[in-house]
Amino acid sequence: MSVLKIQDLHVEVEGKEVIKGISLEVKSGEIHALMGPNGSGKTSLSLAIMGHPKYKITKGRITLDGEDITNLETDEKVKRGLFLAFQNPVEISGVKLSTLLVAELNRVRGSSDSVMQMFQTIREYAKTVGVSETLLNRGVFEGFSGGEKKRTEILQMLILRPKFAILDEPDSGVDVDGLRVISEIVNKLKKEINTGYLIITHYRRILDYLNADKVHVLYKGKIVSSGDMSLARLIDEKGYESVIKN
Amino acid sequence: MPEEKLSLDINEILNASIDAKYEKLDEKEFHRRIVSSGLSRSTIEEISKLKKEPEWMLRLRLKSLELFEKLPTPNWLPDFLGSLDVSSLELYVKPGIEKTNNWDEIPKEIREYYDKLGIPESEKKYLGGLVAVLESEPIYSNVKEELKKKGVVMMPPEEAVQKYPDVIKEYFMKIFPASDHKFAALHGALWSGGVFVYVPRGVRITTPVEGFFVIGSEMEGQFEHTLVVADEGSYIHFIEGCSAPQFKKFSFHDGMVELYAKKDAHIKFTTVQNWSKNVINFNNKRAWADENANIEWVEGSLGSKYSFVYPSTILRGRNATSTSLVVTMASGEGEWKDSGSKMIHAAPNTRSKVVNKNIGFNGGVNIYRGLIRVNKGATGAKAYVKCDSLMLDEKTKAYTFPHNQVFEDDADVAHEAHTFRMSEDQLFYLMNRGINEKEATSMLVLGFIDEIMKELPFEYATMLNKIIKLELEKLGAVA
Repeated sequence: MSVLKIQDLHVEVEGKEVIKGISLEVKSGEIHALMGPNGSGKTSLSLAIMGHPKYKITKGRITLDGEDITNLETDEKVKRGLFLAFQNPVEISGVKLSTLLVAELNRVRGSSDSVMQMFQTIREYAKTVGVSETLLNRGVFEGFSGGEKKRTEILQMLILRPKFAILDEPDSGVDVDGLRVISEIVNKLKKEINTGYLIITHYRRILDYLNADKVHVLYKGKIVSSGDMSLARLIDEKGYESVIKN
Repeated sequence: MPEEKLSLDINEILNASIDAKYEKLDEKEFHRRIVSSGLSRSTIEEISKLKKEPEWMLRLRLKSLELFEKLPTPNWLPDFLGSLDVSSLELYVKPGIEKTNNWDEIPKEIREYYDKLGIPESEKKYLGGLVAVLESEPIYSNVKEELKKKGVVMMPPEEAVQKYPDVIKEYFMKIFPASDHKFAALHGALWSGGVFVYVPRGVRITTPVEGFFVIGSEMEGQFEHTLVVADEGSYIHFIEGCSAPQFKKFSFHDGMVELYAKKDAHIKFTTVQNWSKNVINFNNKRAWADENANIEWVEGSLGSKYSFVYPSTILRGRNATSTSLVVTMASGEGEWKDSGSKMIHAAPNTRSKVVNKNIGFNGGVNIYRGLIRVNKGATGAKAYVKCDSLMLDEKTKAYTFPHNQVFEDDADVAHEAHTFRMSEDQLFYLMNRGINEKEATSMLVLGFIDEIMKELPFEYATMLNKIIKLELEKLGAVA
């Protein structure tokens, strides 16, 4: 059992405070939903947790099983089991997707497999999440549709097998089949290795699929409400206003 | 899938690169005979005499010297070069050993030098022929039996001057005359060592041949000459490698490459230039392509402090084609990589393609000076130029000076240029996939030059890969 703990986190971007004291605790196997209107700080929080250089943590700390990981390099956080699926990942046209995936697999597996074996594994995983061979041979996210980007992010989660995954709007721009595939992978890792999740979303649908344990509402850089799935249902029916006014 | 494998074993490659071969080289002093120093008529006469040259070659040298003295120094060179006194260099350095075709006959301390570079090994594995030049003279020259049987000639040019005077007379510095510019003239006056290759009609060599040039000491000038004549319908892949240990002062390289592809012939010319960081590198490269012939230039210009390389092809026969793929890397303060391909369309239906990729960091300067010229009468010409720069930090600079001179209305000349600065978001993304900053930078850089890497023989791509990673190692944290 692992615990990812965020304590009184404050984050600044270019001198402006965007996260104003957030505390959260996610345990292995738990699914937490993070909702909230546009601009409330959801993506800022996820980027700050992972250590984006523009997002400065000015106060508070992040611990993983008691170890303070607040100021670790991003790749070190990843090595300790954190994962972020980006809402809108940046295109890296020079690097081939298959190359990146093999590098990731190589990292996780400790490279006992041959290159060809690794390519085979990648192909199988890609098939499961519906990422085509054509996409594997392109530059990373080069000319990918919104849905293809989301599937590719989930594919990488499948390869990296994280302890804790932050999924930033894995469901936006994704068709019904895509949504099902993504939910299946989330459940699969939860079942197999007890991955804990923080899922940022605007929609109840994915949370229904996943049966979220907790729902938090973020507004102006603060968590203004926490509850169970009934909170997500309330937002779905009556909008954020009903929750934020409380 | 070699290119995929390359980007893969990042850790392994990084580790290997730390003890990369060229780093292990020590500067060694060999016994040598140097002609009286200084650039003068008598120096040149002495070199010519040592080589037992015929009168016409001596005349070519002396004419070149005259031109060198007359021609102005290009005014766009970095200050250091503008004021360089060539006379202060050792212009001819003869290693104290005789040329051989057997590595065992080469003294141990020199043999070790080449072993570290992996030369004898790669010769055994995949080369059809090899000429190794140390300082000013070839010390090793060997052609595999199968090539000899097909009538392929490969030897140092001084030997060819004796054995095939007519061929040398016909081609030597014909396409690249001494009058072209000051350093071409200097080369004509002082040339020594290099490779001459003749591929007979219809002979297609499947194994590449190589010329490998080592500058062993500082304040030395190397002026090797490579001349390739590919007769009708033949094919050859020539690989040129260069290495030098780290010096306290500097050394000077002013080589020349001339390629002649006859009708339907195909010459591929690959260079992996990895001089140490205190070599000044001029490499004068020019080719001509007759009817339906094809010239391919592939160049990795990684080492040296100042480098000036402009692979050029004169498409003089109908349907001739040429491509030029060049990677340059300027990785330090004061480093200056000047490059740019020139394609002269001088016949109808000729096609050319140029891809130039510059990588810069730590304040290095990359400059592209390219030329596409379509002569009157060269109808139906097609030319494509792509020129990309990748800068890894703010203090690095890249300049692009493309020139198009088009004298036929139906010419199709396209030019693309892109400048990339490595973005923080790209780096952050890769780090989010467990790849550390250095590896992520390497991935981005190697991805940037992927299309050129694919054109290199595997061993050379690996070497290029290592060199680049080693340079990136020194980069430290990317701000």
